Amino acid sequence: MIRIMRLGQVRHAAPAAASGGDFGGRVFYAVLLAAALLVPLLNLAVPESSALHLSTYTVTLLGKYMSYALLAIAVDLVWGYCGILTLGHTAFFALGGYAMGMYMMRQIGSRGVYGDPLLPDFMVFLNWKALPWYWHGFDSFAFALPMILLAPGLLALAFGWFAFRSRVTGVYLSIITQALTYALMLAFFRNEMGFGGNNGLTDFKDLLGFDLHRDSTRVGLFLVSAGALGLGYAACRHIAASRFGRVVQAIRDAESRTRFIGYRVENYKLWLFVFSAVLAGIAGALYVPQVGIINPGEFAPINSIEVVIWVAVGGRNTLYGAVLGAVLVNFAKTWLTAALPEVWLYALGALFVVVTVFLPQGIVGFLRQRLGAGS
Amino acid sequence: MNTKYLRNRLLAGAAALGLLAASAAQAEDTIKVGVLHSLSGTMAISETTLKDTILMMIDEQNKKGGLLGKKLEAVVVDPASNWPLFAEKASELLEKDKVAVVFGCWTSVSRKSVLPVFEKDDGLLFYPVQYEGEESSRNVIYTGAAPNQQAIPAVDYLMKEIKVKRWVLEGTDYVYPRTTNKILEAYLKAKGVKPEDIMINYTPFGFSDWQSEVAKIKQFGSAGKKTAVVSTINGDANVPFYKELGNQKISAEDNPVVAYSVGEEELSGVDTKPLVGHLAAWNYFESIKTPANDAFIKQWHEFIKNPKRTTTDPMEAHYIGFNLWVKAVEKAGTTNTDKVIDALPGLETPNLTGGMAKLLPNHHITKPVYIGEIRDDGQFDVVWQTKGTVPGDAWSDYLPGSKDIEADWVTLKCGNYNTVTKKCAGQNF
Amino acid sequence: MLLVLLALCLLWMSTARADDAAPLPVDFPGLVAALPQADFAAKQAIVTRMTELHVPQARVLLAAWLDNRLESRRSDGKVFVVEEHDGTLVLVDPFDGKGAGEGAADDFERVRSNNALRKLLKVSIAQFDLKDPDPRVRAAAVRQMRRDLDEDTVTALRAALTQEKDGRAQHEIRVALAVSDLGAGDAAVRLAAVRALDGETAADVYNALKPLAQDSGTESDASMRAAAIGAVRHIEVWRNFYEALETLFFGLSLGSVLVLAAIGLAITFGVMGVINMAHGELMMLGAYTAYVMQQLMPHHVGAALLLSVPAAFLVSGLAGVAIERTVVRYLYGRPLETLLATFGLSLIMQQLVRSVFSPLNRSVATPEWMSGLWQVNDLFSLTWNRVYILVFSLVVFLLLVLILNRTPLGLKVRAVAQNRGMARAMGVRTERVDALTFGLGSGIAGVAGVALSQLTNVGPNLGQSYIVDSFMVVVFGGVGNLWGTLISGMGLGVVNKLLEPYAGAVIAKILVLVFLIMFIQRRPRGLFPQKGRAAEGT
Repeated sequence: MIRIMRLGQVRHAAPAAASGGDFGGRVFYAVLLAAALLVPLLNLAVPESSALHLSTYTVTLLGKYMSYALLAIAVDLVWGYCGILTLGHTAFFALGGYAMGMYMMRQIGSRGVYGDPLLPDFMVFLNWKALPWYWHGFDSFAFALPMILLAPGLLALAFGWFAFRSRVTGVYLSIITQALTYALMLAFFRNEMGFGGNNGLTDFKDLLGFDLHRDSTRVGLFLVSAGALGLGYAACRHIAASRFGRVVQAIRDAESRTRFIGYRVENYKLWLFVFSAVLAGIAGALYVPQVGIINPGEFAPINSIEVVIWVAVGGRNTLYGAVLGAVLVNFAKTWLTAALPEVWLYALGALFVVVTVFLPQGIVGFLRQRLGAGS
Repeated sequence: MNTKYLRNRLLAGAAALGLLAASAAQAEDTIKVGVLHSLSGTMAISETTLKDTILMMIDEQNKKGGLLGKKLEAVVVDPASNWPLFAEKASELLEKDKVAVVFGCWTSVSRKSVLPVFEKDDGLLFYPVQYEGEESSRNVIYTGAAPNQQAIPAVDYLMKEIKVKRWVLEGTDYVYPRTTNKILEAYLKAKGVKPEDIMINYTPFGFSDWQSEVAKIKQFGSAGKKTAVVSTINGDANVPFYKELGNQKISAEDNPVVAYSVGEEELSGVDTKPLVGHLAAWNYFESIKTPANDAFIKQWHEFIKNPKRTTTDPMEAHYIGFNLWVKAVEKAGTTNTDKVIDALPGLETPNLTGGMAKLLPNHHITKPVYIGEIRDDGQFDVVWQTKGTVPGDAWSDYLPGSKDIEADWVTLKCGNYNTVTKKCAGQNF
Repeated sequence: MLLVLLALCLLWMSTARADDAAPLPVDFPGLVAALPQADFAAKQAIVTRMTELHVPQARVLLAAWLDNRLESRRSDGKVFVVEEHDGTLVLVDPFDGKGAGEGAADDFERVRSNNALRKLLKVSIAQFDLKDPDPRVRAAAVRQMRRDLDEDTVTALRAALTQEKDGRAQHEIRVALAVSDLGAGDAAVRLAAVRALDGETAADVYNALKPLAQDSGTESDASMRAAAIGAVRHIEVWRNFYEALETLFFGLSLGSVLVLAAIGLAITFGVMGVINMAHGELMMLGAYTAYVMQQLMPHHVGAALLLSVPAAFLVSGLAGVAIERTVVRYLYGRPLETLLATFGLSLIMQQLVRSVFSPLNRSVATPEWMSGLWQVNDLFSLTWNRVYILVFSLVVFLLLVLILNRTPLGLKVRAVAQNRGMARAMGVRTERVDALTFGLGSGIAGVAGVALSQLTNVGPNLGQSYIVDSFMVVVFGGVGNLWGTLISGMGLGVVNKLLEPYAGAVIAKILVLVFLIMFIQRRPRGLFPQKGRAAEGT
């Protein structure tokens, strides 16, 4: 095993197939399209008795994986392409989720258990007299939708503005992103904040008039998630291949040199970071109606680390690798927590260790190496 | 070597996919019982024991010949203390494994998370932990205590027997302490306690540096009036809290602490010497001597193969819940959820402390209330108990929002019927 | 057994003539014999009667009872004062104070007490102690009695005052009598009492004076009220001063915990550049080592704890070396990837502990000398465990600084950290140094775990709750700088505790985090920036 001395000395060569021969990307699109066609068909058209029937449980599960995959892409964009290791991306994910949750909370209206037309249930039984100001407007989707984008976007803008301008880099940046999401978690846990404290927001009934408990809505949500994933992927791919993206990759490989050439490094970093945060927010907004709950646990620093691990497992700096990693790790989790409930953490932990030690470029990197060697 | 490993891994993954598809089509000769308790993550400390309790109950039922001529089969999953994962695992149990009943959850948020799933898929959940009330679902049986079965009797005891005049309500900042303290505050004020004699304080989950908080309690308690601390501190934060209490010499004789979330199992992780005399309010204590309890403890020790393991209140709740379910299935003659839910109200089963637990129309049960003093061996001496059992009240009479609400799944068929507006709000199913 | 029953029967018959509902033996041996069968009400009566009898043996018995060291033999119901050693009880006869052999703990049943009884026991023992030869014991007894003054105790105290020769004990009695005099009918007596109490700082004195100082309705005498106000003000000045001192101590104590948790990380992360997410689990291993040591030596709690410091250093240190040799060494130069691998390791270690020790928390006992309060004066006290941990953290820190600056190993560690290639060229075996450095940092984590076992849960989640804070401390102090870690840990602790009374625990923590984020923006390399492998990243 070759010992690599210094960080930054050896960089994985940017994938040869960055723009033109994006084989992995094509596979990704094909799989996504197939899923988008097959899943509704197998769930709605195939009768339940048939072996080919896809249960709504599986559809929801796949929808959840899609939103996780979108989050993973967002992380890969800043980490894989710009070298910003963010350990706080679930903060943006959760903020998007909360914005969506607040909208769905208001949609319950007087159908809550206390029948209060204005206040959500958790406010009624903790004796809130009036709706807090930041809850106003969330009864309309036209207001909630921009909020889903703005809440994470603005936080990322404010945070990135200061951080990148002060040239906070490396582990320092990682740790303060972690501090950010940790602080938000503590804040959202407080019941006085008016976001439902530890219980968060639950008991959603419908979204844009569609009953969340109907199978067709679930399939619809899956399709929207798949669509968002496809679009998100295309947008990231476009950014990565653009001039902007090339500068960003130059920053990753040699930040000072890029600055000396005359690029405003902090601006590039900032906009990439904000875009990535918005993407994470969208992922969160898609995630919440499918799992049916948003609570401050989503802000936990551990969750952010896990996202980074999905990307690493799949293979960073490829985008589709992030998707692969997110789906694979989460599938492993779903499967192992039921199949080996007592010991599944060993398997998951071992997976992380083995992948980082033996597959530094993740599964995609490994496959590429094998295919490259084979051809 | 690593490539070989990876290939094996991929193969294993593929095999797993196949298994996932195949498991749905298993033989139907058993009754499946879902167990939805965290076995990893922060809640594993509390919930693992409950998983084992249910496994023991199933084991025993199978030794008796099973149920309706079929064997019971446990389906254990690990929701890993992750609330969205609770919902996912619940629908996996109901939709994929098609379990007849689920025993599970500990925290309120996990219950809230799975509630829509159980209502949508028409499942049946037995929830074994004391909680804040303000809920009654058709698909959930609450075998833990409602606030009126734990919080209020304990305060009554302190007020009447110990002559406490000043109160500290100390809790972790989440919904159970918040609601319980709201109820207690209203109750204390109704009993003539002045606002300046009540101090309410919240700390975050897993809080570990209690120096300032305990110093504050000490100062509040040194004002010359008998002061008690009502603690709704959750799980992990308790050990450092009690250690600090012990070190700052807050003695049980002067400032008793009555805890609602500290039982034998929590105490088994603490050095109890400095805690002797502090109180806990529960519906069950391991130290209560009855033939049923002795048998249960013996059975538990044999099952878990460790004579030092304790039994706790939520375990008794699962014991009651499991027996209620068995009786309901036998009465209905089927495991069909709707029929079992209809059969459940009114059923009675002995609890472990010599009384009867009866399932009420509001899906809560009747329970005796005990106050225990901590002994130096981590057990409790019962110092007070209610005469007979207390029926669980889903909607508190001391909260303005819920005093007009009633739950009745027998005649009204509603979990939150408003007696003023005569309406049943928020029912989807 | 039959004999005892018979004896009890006789006893009962001998006292049954009294019209009292609960017939009570009249002599000390009879009272002792009645103990095992008595309920709590009867036990109270027995204690009162024993106090009245005032036999010297009763004091020993009552104190043992308060201490949970009073047991009755199952076979014959005989009561003994016991001392437990290795599951056997060393018996002492309560009547002659002589050894009465040994017995197995299972053959005995404890004579139980409850809160009301323990309170009564304390008061009773104080009555005995009033005549103790040691003046300090007498003074403490007076203090105990002062908390619960009634006519009987006041009479007893007045009598004691005439006998008392020791100045300090005399003073305590005068204070107690003055407190009692505050409620006297005679205004002059009351005024004298207030004057006598001026300068006293105890909480019960304060509580007694406070109503006199504020409530003009009950106290019409103006001079008296003025005196009371003055006395109260004196106390309050001192109270505020000591409160500030206490907050400072709380802060330093929290800081010492943070420093302990972070200091191992300052080596593995700060010096080596490994983002060691398993650091928390290495601390957990240390805490479990303390637990295992106590299980191995169940009757030497303190010694076990002391021994577990080196043991934990070894266990966690070896675990660290193993981690370095099997995983981390493949990842040098890829610090961000060490994060991922060590995160996987932390999951495995957590689950390992769950499998081996069960998911339940384990109880680590606190030795006698570490528990309780160091009562500096009436208003100021420090908890011993915190004092020890504060000192311990400083000792560990200084040792570490010495190792790094004054030993050949430290020299090599610094050399490798500063320039690996050059160090290797100079003949330093860098691989060995890497393993040892990682082992050192991990070992320190284990030592920190032993300290944490005295403060918090010993369970599988122990590491998780400290890992985020540890990283914050190291980063705030400046990666690669040990002194920075010390100052940052202590500083964050104090700031947190200063904010806590005003903002509450949660907001205080959030404010500290926000402050930290802002600070890093201002100084992107922490308090004390230093060059090191990690510091030179992108």
